[in-house]
Amino acid sequence: MTQQSRHHLAARGPGRRGVVGGLFGLGAAALGAPVLSACGSGAGADPKTVTFGSNGADATPKKAYAAVTEAFAKDSGLKVKTNTVDHDTFQKSISTYLQGTPDDVFTWFAGYRMQYFAKKQLCSPLDDVWDKIGAGFSDATKQLSRGEDGKYYFVPLYNYPWAVFYRKSLFKERGYQVPQKWGEFIALAKRMKKDGLAPIASGYGGGDSWSILGAFDYLDLRANGYDFHMSLMRGKVSWTDKRTVAVLDLWRELTPYYQPSAGGRSWQDAAQSLLDKKSGMAVIGLFLGQQITDEKIRADIDFFPFPEIDATHGQDAVEAPTDGFMLSRRPKNEDGAKKLLEFLGGAQAEELYMGVDPSNLAVNEQAKTDSYNALQKKSADLIASAKHISQFADRDSDPGFISTVVLPGLTEWLGHPDDGSGTLKKIESQRSRFFTA
Amino acid sequence: MSSATPRTRPRRLGPGDRIFLTVIIGIPLAALLFFVWLPALASLGLSFTTWDGIELADIHWIGLDNYKEIFTNYPPFWPAVRHNVIWLLFTALLPTPFGIFLAYQLDRKIRFTRIYQTAIFLPMVLSLAVVGFIWEIIYNPDTGLLNGILNAAGSGHHIDWLGNPDLNLWAVLIASGWRHTGYIMILYLAGLKGFDPALKEAAALDGANGRQTFLRVVFPALKPVNIIILVVTVMESLRAFDIVYVLGGGVGSKPGMELLSLLITDNIIGESSHIGYGSALAVVLLLVSLAAIGTFLVQTFRKEDQ
Repeated sequence: MTQQSRHHLAARGPGRRGVVGGLFGLGAAALGAPVLSACGSGAGADPKTVTFGSNGADATPKKAYAAVTEAFAKDSGLKVKTNTVDHDTFQKSISTYLQGTPDDVFTWFAGYRMQYFAKKQLCSPLDDVWDKIGAGFSDATKQLSRGEDGKYYFVPLYNYPWAVFYRKSLFKERGYQVPQKWGEFIALAKRMKKDGLAPIASGYGGGDSWSILGAFDYLDLRANGYDFHMSLMRGKVSWTDKRTVAVLDLWRELTPYYQPSAGGRSWQDAAQSLLDKKSGMAVIGLFLGQQITDEKIRADIDFFPFPEIDATHGQDAVEAPTDGFMLSRRPKNEDGAKKLLEFLGGAQAEELYMGVDPSNLAVNEQAKTDSYNALQKKSADLIASAKHISQFADRDSDPGFISTVVLPGLTEWLGHPDDGSGTLKKIESQRSRFFTA
Repeated sequence: MSSATPRTRPRRLGPGDRIFLTVIIGIPLAALLFFVWLPALASLGLSFTTWDGIELADIHWIGLDNYKEIFTNYPPFWPAVRHNVIWLLFTALLPTPFGIFLAYQLDRKIRFTRIYQTAIFLPMVLSLAVVGFIWEIIYNPDTGLLNGILNAAGSGHHIDWLGNPDLNLWAVLIASGWRHTGYIMILYLAGLKGFDPALKEAAALDGANGRQTFLRVVFPALKPVNIIILVVTVMESLRAFDIVYVLGGGVGSKPGMELLSLLITDNIIGESSHIGYGSALAVVLLLVSLAAIGTFLVQTFRKEDQ
């Protein structure tokens, strides 16, 4: 305001000073702006609108979420305002996002990663929503959707298994057999290498270092069992335990068969090499299907469960991360948001979503599965037959611990896979910082 | 103003001027205090605590524990310090002198000089994210330009430029140097344009050759520009972050590419943030920067005063 009167007082030489004053006025206004806008309530206060924060920024999930929210809008007469953010950015900024002015409903993951935010009270309990949708879900899924306090905080949409994927035609051409046990797996990898293939497609370059955890999780689950794996993930056992050392020893047997230069390649490029029959196998999730554009190739893709290492555990655990939704801690339109969550937890939403994105599986048991392709059917059977379902290392554990300690440690080790216990010692020395008793 | 001011002398600042000055100094000063000093002091304070960044009540004072942890038991810390030093030395010893060299050559009215200048300066115009994408394409292990050329030469081996912890820092340094060279070149070229040609002529008459003219006459005479270049180089090295972040895939520190700035974001941004720990790392970086800048400023001004 002072800026306006400035003009008259500094009458001599108004040109330059006016401009400078104006600029500073603008600067001051810019400084004030964020404070002001934080006070006003935005469009969210509208009782006819529900805001939805989505991490589905890739083309396929984006289209799938749009189909689901449109159907809900038509059904309920409420408007859904979707705010899509890039997947990695969404995860990285989740903590600040939830403390700021988050959307009413937002996409998130089941497991410890959800429980962490429930414990911090950055989301709202959903028991009343579950009273209505509960019938559609198995006990295992219900367990996944509860916080440590026993209340529900999560509405699941889909999951997808991790396994060892391969091309059927390649195995037929070369006469490869699907391996059941670790020894057979290594022998097959050796044969593939001799045949000039990269036995195990691998790309953990750039932001994709998480993808190596699939192999780590399975090696630990197969060698030491589900219970040990979960204790390790929750920070309850030492990373220098000899059972963890054994995991890295097993992994070292496998590393000579990894596709070379994996540290500079994206998982998509690695998956492509499998589709192009340059690699023989890939330890990856069903989302590999998002890479496939040719339906003929989709029909040629198959998988087998990660091979058995210790007969006491066999192949009883399946890694099947579950994605879904949560409700922010102070939703602007709570009734509308809960209606949206009820819809998202129902069979219709699942069918709509899976209709667009066939690389996932519906979690709601009432959803129709007739339209599933062969790979989806087999995946559903794999998950249904599992005795234990794990999420994924960064969902079963403190994600900060995984991303700043475990991942850099393990990727560095993969570059020179020899001194496993040195790597584990480094990881162990950081554990107490993330898990306090 | 003291009351001893002679009445006859008109006051140099009218009331309007004073308000004006108060406003134009006051607002930036308030902004500086609020946006620079307050966060800096808050970081310093937080560096003695543990905090997950959610409830203020959860801030717990732990004294020097964070620093103790960082210096004795944080595996990426010392590599990060080493990489920051390598970054500074590399930038100061290769792209900076090379930029000066290019500027000196291009100043000598050679043909197509404007085209060369534009070409070399072009990377500076691009956003660092774009620079990152360009080098990502060059370094890609399967389809990258660099491996393409090397394979054609018959080696037949992939080189994992960005994945190999022994190589990736250098790969990133080259990408950053590519951009830095153009920056230095333009700065130096601007200095050379204002250089008095008579000095060069005098040097030529005295029988100095090209090298002598540059080292004994041009370079010392361009001291103000040299200082700017030194400051720019130190600053760019200490704040090195973005290009590593882009080439590392936007996930913070990676083996071989740890930098202090990346470790700070690793700990502060993310799903479970360790504000206290990250702040302690930030304070370390602040001290390193202050030491570098302080030494430099003291040196410069001491000489100016003489």
